[in-house]
Amino acid sequence: MSRIGKVIPELFKSLTSAPATVDFPKSAVPVPPDYRGKPVLIQEKCTGCGLCQRDCPAAAIEMVDVGAKRPKPAFDYGRCAFCAQCAESCRSDAIVITGEHHLAAFSREALRAAPRPEKKEEEPQEPAAEQE
Amino acid sequence: MMAKYTLPVGPQHPALKEPESFWFKVEGEVIVDVDIRLGYNHRGIEKACESRNYIQCLYLIERICGICSHSHTTAFAQCVEEIAGLEIPARAKYIRVIVGELERLHSHLLWLGVAGHEIGFDTLFMYSWRDREAVLDLLELITGNRVNYAINTIGGVRRDIDGPKREQILSQLDLLADRAKFYADLVTTDSTCLARLENVAKFSAEQARAFGTVGPTARASGIDLDVRRDDPYAAYGEMPFKVIISDRGDLLGRAIVRLEEIGESIKILKYALQNLPDGPLTVKAPRKVPAGEAVSRYEAPRGEDIHYVRADGSDHPERVKVRAPTMANIYAIGESMKGSYVADIPIIIASIDPCFSCTDRMIKIVRQESGEARTMTWEELRQYGIRWYQQ
Amino acid sequence: MSIILDLVRILIFPGLLFTVVFSLFLEWLDRKLYARMQNRVGPPFRQPLWDLVKLISKEDIIPENANQFMYTVLPVLTVTSAVAAMIYVPIWNRESVYPFWGDLLVIVFLLTIPTMVLFLAGWFSANPFGVVGSFRTAIQFLSYEVPLLLAVLTPAVLAGSWSIRDIVLFQQEHPWAVAAQLAALAVALLALQGKLERVPFDAPEAETEIVAGPITEYTGPRLALFRLSTDIQLAVGVALLSNIFLAGAIGPWYLALLLFLAKCVVLVAIIAAIRAMMARLRIHQITSFYWKYLVPIAMAQMVIIVLIKGGVGV
Ligand code: SF4
Ligand code: SF4
Repeated sequence: MSRIGKVIPELFKSLTSAPATVDFPKSAVPVPPDYRGKPVLIQEKCTGCGLCQRDCPAAAIEMVDVGAKRPKPAFDYGRCAFCAQCAESCRSDAIVITGEHHLAAFSREALRAAPRPEKKEEEPQEPAAEQE
Repeated sequence: MMAKYTLPVGPQHPALKEPESFWFKVEGEVIVDVDIRLGYNHRGIEKACESRNYIQCLYLIERICGICSHSHTTAFAQCVEEIAGLEIPARAKYIRVIVGELERLHSHLLWLGVAGHEIGFDTLFMYSWRDREAVLDLLELITGNRVNYAINTIGGVRRDIDGPKREQILSQLDLLADRAKFYADLVTTDSTCLARLENVAKFSAEQARAFGTVGPTARASGIDLDVRRDDPYAAYGEMPFKVIISDRGDLLGRAIVRLEEIGESIKILKYALQNLPDGPLTVKAPRKVPAGEAVSRYEAPRGEDIHYVRADGSDHPERVKVRAPTMANIYAIGESMKGSYVADIPIIIASIDPCFSCTDRMIKIVRQESGEARTMTWEELRQYGIRWYQQ
Repeated sequence: MSIILDLVRILIFPGLLFTVVFSLFLEWLDRKLYARMQNRVGPPFRQPLWDLVKLISKEDIIPENANQFMYTVLPVLTVTSAVAAMIYVPIWNRESVYPFWGDLLVIVFLLTIPTMVLFLAGWFSANPFGVVGSFRTAIQFLSYEVPLLLAVLTPAVLAGSWSIRDIVLFQQEHPWAVAAQLAALAVALLALQGKLERVPFDAPEAETEIVAGPITEYTGPRLALFRLSTDIQLAVGVALLSNIFLAGAIGPWYLALLLFLAKCVVLVAIIAAIRAMMARLRIHQITSFYWKYLVPIAMAQMVIIVLIKGGVGV
């Protein structure tokens, strides 16, 4: 049996209940705690083995010279696919996945994070402001 | 009678979310012929896989399709696991099933919304996408993202479903089952929906078989076909579910099949979550896969997805081939469109739940007069391009 | 002096300025209610204005194959005819600023101009979608116009006059008249829905089928004028119906204005709900809906009204 206006009760219910959407950016929907957001390097733990770069599917990791014996990974979040494979491949837990996901920026440069320069191996310098 | 004219739909058109071209020969409001052109969004993923290692391939394969990303990675991982002779742990199989069925839920709800939008019923679109958010939140909870779940890895899965997460998923399922019932009721009884869906773009079981349709499109024409049952992969051999079939063969049939499949998916999810076996999540996978080849089939939300992988003993595949379900379904809609109205174009295209970008591949030229088909090689295509630009 | 008064009336109140503000308000109301019925937040209050400003400030493109003259004239014509119709609608009073014996007919006539313009706009824009949209517009026009006229005729017959003032006066003296013609109001609302090309009668501009129908090729300021014209037609439509079916305004001017607004809000809410609860019909389904259901209902209503009139002897 067909009839017109099958959704009318549902329309009234929606009209009188709180909307399901939010007024972004004034308010935003939260993400779960282990959300796959921006990967961040913990430089003290990194041994410079390059495993992360080898497995990154998006070529978002580049090993750059920081003055130490081995190069360290630099991230390009403009390329990153947020797959978290780098954190998985790293044997020394030097990459953590943060929940950060509001990453829009005005320039490509602003989306890059380079490791800070080191003088000698194993002895990191005072952290220079890490650019993001 | 009005004169014949040609109505181009696509590659850019509001009814299509992806670039594909349909040229309709129209008489008044009636379609007399249609010419489908594929290939606007060929991305070369198969070729790109050949220069990446298996881990990287997995994420690239995942991006063949945003909606059935889990389908593609599972099919690919199954191929590689078969070549390498790996048997993945039972818990990993169950988790693959759980994510796969959640993906089916969200895909079918997405389809319902798109179909609603195509027939101008935007309220249905908004409601079903609102409810789909609940599924996406669950997927986000389990895998860490709404789409491109990245839960598969060669040899198992990457994340576990622990106690609290399990409870949270189970608590949402009844609600979703209710909503699916509501939508099934709405679509099959609302006069305006029926006016648009009933007896449009009908094809019989014979026609559906002749065109090689798969998935819900085939099942809506009465073809009893489901890889999950016919050739069980992951843990589907143990899951209780029935294959939904409708013999209507029209748009309404395709809607009913999809909406009822939501109910079956929820049954599978409940069973899998309640009987989740203990054990490890992965077996150790070698980086270099021994030489060999394998084909795997997967029942994606849109139909059967086939992957073929050939390994040569190195850490990257020698050849990857993907047959996405839309490829099998697209020619059936071309045929079923003849005699329909211009107003039905969007919903008929949407009725197979197409994913054009997953499908796009080479250029095939069919000469309309002689009907002879030929495939352009890369060199021919290059020459053609050069000539075209010189003009 | 009277020229200045005329200018004020035409350009400010109840002419251009008031009409634009009022119609943008109704557009916001329509969109907001529609969104809330779909469980969405909906647009902020000034969104329709921002949309209009945005479109006006965009690049103005005329397609090479389109008819330049028509392309320039048509958008202006559609807005002016809609605004002209608004001037004849009473707002805070029983009568409009220029009342005369046949103003109801003039409004209905002025309201058909934008539809004709839409047909021409698609026809002259040299685009297959535009042409299909034009044909559909014309077919739809032939479908809804008859029930609309019959429905509008009902209160006129009951009051025995083509003048809005007399109709309103009659209904204020005989409140039962409002109840007696509810069926005609329903027919008029559905016909208005078709006139404004809103779901379920939006086949002429069906987004997923023929992009935007007749106005597919229009961009920037010209598109803004077409959109504005649709809003004004909505405003004229509900304002007219609230007068000839719902007894118009009464009391001191501020109360009358509030009453008028309240009636408009209710009517907009109804047509927003119609929009939210249906799927789009195909063009031949639209035609048969109007001719098979609405025309007989409108005729029956007319017969009832004539019988009542004979019985009561008013
Ligand atoms: S998250 Fe994935 S794409 Fe991003 S840097 Fe890590 S491995 Fe590369
Ligand atoms: S895998 Fe880990 S330790 Fe090795 S380079 Fe990358 S971050 Fe450093």
